[in-house]
Amino acid sequence: MRAAVVPTPLDATALLAEVASVANGASIVFVGTVREVNEGRAVSGIEYTAYEAMAARELEAIVTEAVSRFGTSDIVVEHRLGRMGLGEASVVIAVAHPHRAEAYDASRFVIEELKRRVPIWKREEYVDGTRAWVDPTAARAEVGP
Amino acid sequence: MTITALFFASYADVFGRGRMEMEVPNGSTVGELLRHLHSLDPERRLPPAPLVAVNERYARPDQVLRHGDEVAVIPPVAGG
Repeated sequence: MRAAVVPTPLDATALLAEVASVANGASIVFVGTVREVNEGRAVSGIEYTAYEAMAARELEAIVTEAVSRFGTSDIVVEHRLGRMGLGEASVVIAVAHPHRAEAYDASRFVIEELKRRVPIWKREEYVDGTRAWVDPTAARAEVGP
Repeated sequence: MTITALFFASYADVFGRGRMEMEVPNGSTVGELLRHLHSLDPERRLPPAPLVAVNERYARPDQVLRHGDEVAVIPPVAGG
């Protein structure tokens, strides 16, 4: 198991290799990427920032919970920070387990908990030159280009 | 006593900075610190009850602060 917040591009294949084992019959890789449209607005990129020390601590706590809850220690997650263009990966979660059901469940658990409690924020940049912090709980506050 | 307040993302925009050393009365709670921060935010851009972490752990409003604590005021998280 491993969790990290990193400034560099993510390598999903490397994370998959990290969890692979002949003890496991199922491996899942989840890749979260920058999408071209959000709530009807054309997006050109996203800048991710974090309370880095706490983000690393919370990610690690989530993976530790997933390990005990789903019965595999083959779970790795990395979240990237900084500016990313369309299609670039912001998060990769690799899970391997003897059986597929638990692998899917563990992968889903990690991404949902990450979105709920890891202190990471994103500021979307739009094609029209504006940008805004994303607030999943409310309308977004807009600032100039 | 002195604590360090940290502001991130949109909350850093509210206070015009990401970090503030603050003198607070001994025995102050998270909730009391928030009331003080609200007094510095006349436009009320900070919500009434934002998430707070003390020394990198989520904290409740009744948690008592200690000298040297790092108190982060945390906007709605948006990772992934």
